[in-house]
Amino acid sequence: MEDDILQGFLEESWENLSQLDSDIVAFEKDTENDDLLASIFRTIHTIKGTCGFIGLTRIGSVSHATENVLGKMRDRSIERTTDGISLVLEGIDGIKELMQGLESNGEEPNVDHKELIGNLEQVAEGKDASEFVGNASQQEANATAQAGGKAVAGIDTATLMTESGDVDFDELDKAINEAAARHREKLAEQKKQEKEEAKSPSTAAAAANEKPTKKVVTRKAAPVEVDAQPSKKKTVADLSIRVNVNVLDRLMNLVGELVLARNQLIQLSRDDEESRYSAPITHLDRVTSDLQEGVMKTRMQPIGNAWSKLPRLVRDLARITEKQIELEMDGADTELDRTVLDAIKDPLTHMVRNSADHGVETTAERLAAGKSEKGTIHLDAYHEGGHVIICIEDDGAGINAERVLNKAISNGLVSEADAANLSDYDIHQFIFHPGLSTAEKVSSVSGRGVGMDVVRTEIERIGGTVDLLSKEGQGTTVRIKIPLTLAIISALVVKAGDQSFAIPQLGVVELVRLAADQRSRIERVHDKQVFRLRDRLLPLVELTDVLQVEPSTDEKDIDVNIVVVQVGEEQFGLVVDEVFDTEEIVVKPVGLLMKDIAIYQGTTILGDGRVIMILDVTGIASDFNALSATSVNRDAHTEDEKQKAQGHTSLLVFDAGNETMMAVPLALVSRLEEFSRDKIEESSNGPIIQYRDCLLPLQSISGSFDSSQTAPQPVIVFSDGQKSMGLMVDGINDVVEEHLTIQVQSNRPGVLGTAVINGKATEVIDTQHYVEQADPEWFQNKGTSHLRVLIVNSSNFFRQMLTTSLRAEKFQTEDVGIASDALSLLENDPKYDAIIVDFDDDAEDLTQWVHSQKQTSGIPVIGLCSRLTPPIQQRADESGCNTLLEKLDISALSREIQNLCNQREWNQGVSA
Amino acid sequence: MIATSQQAEQYVSFWVDGQLLGVPVSAVQEVLNSQNIARTPRSKPEIAGLLNLRGQIVTAVDLRMSLGLPPLEEGKSSMYVVLRFRGESFSLLVDEVGDVFDVSKESILPVPRTLNAHWLKVTTGVVRQESCLFIILDVATVLRLPAS
Repeated sequence: MEDDILQGFLEESWENLSQLDSDIVAFEKDTENDDLLASIFRTIHTIKGTCGFIGLTRIGSVSHATENVLGKMRDRSIERTTDGISLVLEGIDGIKELMQGLESNGEEPNVDHKELIGNLEQVAEGKDASEFVGNASQQEANATAQAGGKAVAGIDTATLMTESGDVDFDELDKAINEAAARHREKLAEQKKQEKEEAKSPSTAAAAANEKPTKKVVTRKAAPVEVDAQPSKKKTVADLSIRVNVNVLDRLMNLVGELVLARNQLIQLSRDDEESRYSAPITHLDRVTSDLQEGVMKTRMQPIGNAWSKLPRLVRDLARITEKQIELEMDGADTELDRTVLDAIKDPLTHMVRNSADHGVETTAERLAAGKSEKGTIHLDAYHEGGHVIICIEDDGAGINAERVLNKAISNGLVSEADAANLSDYDIHQFIFHPGLSTAEKVSSVSGRGVGMDVVRTEIERIGGTVDLLSKEGQGTTVRIKIPLTLAIISALVVKAGDQSFAIPQLGVVELVRLAADQRSRIERVHDKQVFRLRDRLLPLVELTDVLQVEPSTDEKDIDVNIVVVQVGEEQFGLVVDEVFDTEEIVVKPVGLLMKDIAIYQGTTILGDGRVIMILDVTGIASDFNALSATSVNRDAHTEDEKQKAQGHTSLLVFDAGNETMMAVPLALVSRLEEFSRDKIEESSNGPIIQYRDCLLPLQSISGSFDSSQTAPQPVIVFSDGQKSMGLMVDGINDVVEEHLTIQVQSNRPGVLGTAVINGKATEVIDTQHYVEQADPEWFQNKGTSHLRVLIVNSSNFFRQMLTTSLRAEKFQTEDVGIASDALSLLENDPKYDAIIVDFDDDAEDLTQWVHSQKQTSGIPVIGLCSRLTPPIQQRADESGCNTLLEKLDISALSREIQNLCNQREWNQGVSA
Repeated sequence: MIATSQQAEQYVSFWVDGQLLGVPVSAVQEVLNSQNIARTPRSKPEIAGLLNLRGQIVTAVDLRMSLGLPPLEEGKSSMYVVLRFRGESFSLLVDEVGDVFDVSKESILPVPRTLNAHWLKVTTGVVRQESCLFIILDVATVLRLPAS
């Protein structure tokens, strides 16, 4: 493995270095090019960094010194002179020289670059580089001399061997080693000499070449040793060639075209079995398939390449965290496309890091849990039907579902009520939500709250899926499914309207065909269609709706085709007009003019030559927001959603008879009941029913009660403490979220006015009216409070609603629509105990006014808003509003009024 | 060719709603008769769809739609002027393709300001030929390409 790391480093560095030479030369010509300098700096920095990582101190120190000079140049703390740049080039030559040695020997050659490093350091400190360039050119000469010598030496040893025919290699070895030692001493001496004598490189080189051959052998013993190696072991360059990825990509595209052409030919010949073309087409088919496979292979890399850094990572982590961890790897030679490989590298590293850091317990913990003291992380990769499956499995502590759930609740991902119904599997999926790290302590390696969500995003970006299974105390398994390649995929061809579309097979979970007489199994929740598939509700989306095209038929008695697709952890059903076939398609990018349409991920040409669009199920999901129907508030966190939710009121829509729909704010409704009609009795005050050991007075919305019917009577129950009343309606229809504006006021008793709900004009009832009718003493009876509340609100509806609810809570209320009315009211009669204003309106002026007037300054002002946001809170605070509450939370409002009034009384008592 | 042809550029002309328009020959890949088009739901209205030109996918843009003109009469079919632009192929749906003109640089006149607004935006110049006047179309603008 160590070897692999080294090879990787060399491959990468050689490429970088070759680029560097030309970059630096370009930089020399254009010393003001900061970008270029930054890129050069980065390259050297990377090499330095990697050296530090794999313990190559010599290369590391030369790169460090070189980087220093570049860094200073970048910051312009030293000048970008030609001499300085030459010195940098020398530094790079030094690095190259060391790397050559490293490549052939497997370890850094024992060459000292003290002087070069010293020069670089001095330049970095601001010394004039030209001082050192003399030296530098001399060193260069030295290098040339060595190179020359090397060649000669090589020939010479060769001659030596052939000539003598019978060489005692041990002897030779010994001699060479001794010579090498002597040579090092000599070299040092020589360097000194040369420094004095050789001013021009050519003389030095000449001098070196003129040395007698015999002497060269001894003198260059060390390099010989180095040079001898390549013949035994091929260099990286010999084993493989580097091909520009663009070339491969282009080849892949061409093969894609070929596949398409082949598909078309096959389609054509299919109609004519006797065709004389059929034999050559079969041949073409086979060759094309082989070619496709071959070209794909050139882009294939073993997944082990992405794993190579993991053993080291795990080892280091184990040391830091004082655990014992063993990393097992299977299927390292499983190959996949390089683009895919690149994409999974980081997520994979992250997950292994997670397993090592959070998954596997410390030795003590493991022993206490009765496990072996050594934890295991098992990596497995294998092919499965056009996909690569990668499993990361650890036998650690597993995921603490309770902790995840608590975190999810505190982050508002799920309500406590819904939480009770979640399975452990569901809970584990929260791990993939942003900001949900349950690590108790943030360590240097992980647990910063960015993690699995990024992993999932990355994997999904390349069309893969992540699945997580965990058993507490036993370990965690993460299963990643990724496509083998991204260019040629298998897709399901479906019809919507009069057109075909392709859905990538990867996202398709199953196909469900619902016979026409089973259509009733499709139900509606609010305005969304759902289908009960086995044990869960599957939200349905009509593909024709998504595409905004006409369905191919309006008939309702046809079979329904549902394509169940998976997006992230959610599934939904795409209702299509027809399902054709699966086909291998070549993904072509969407054209410039249609790039911004999220529901398409590409285009392709089918076997019959038709162009069709490839649908992006993720795009469709977010487009249609299909997932919100099942997910428990999970998706309502985007800003968009929040804004949408603002100012919306939940309304219960019911059938008031005579084919009219009416609505009542859900906040006012206590319960919905159905009573059998024979239980309903008549009293002097109208119908009444025994309900929960009490008598519930009933009112009919239509004014009459028909006891002859057998169907149960739906009743909306309004409650307040001990008191309740029921409103008999013809049917409960729906609960809708609407922005409620009463558009037409009503004079009819019991009706507030008409609003547009669900696109239909709907009357909103005045609950106060019915409540009073059912029990005229509803409001008075309870010993009316002495507290007087002024409601200022521009919405007639809210005024009415607040009045109803606050009166039910024993307050005396008065209400006005606009601030000026409130002002005149307060000026005449300031004896209110609280004022309720609306911060969705402009309530600051009024609030300030109230507090600035002597008479009214003591009255607490309670602000309401549809959604508590920091900006509104700030507005409220700045204007002096005593407290800010969300609308529709009547009990909180009444509590708050009571509190503020008590406080005020107490204060007045103290000051009096 | 005439002597001035060295300075001249050739333009392919075509008719759209009675107006003669032109684009440089160098931008034109080929001209086709009516084609099978795959419509692309949810795309901009002027995008007529995609067509398969020997394995190459071409985005077809209906010039009448993008210029805010009424659609072509029933029964008539458009012709396709295929352009190569920014490494991608586009096809303009036009009523009919006209001649190829040699146009010298000097004969390109500035766009008259009185021109209709939707023409003004997509025009880089006007050329007078012996018998007619044609408008040079700015391909990038007429395609409404996103900024590169």
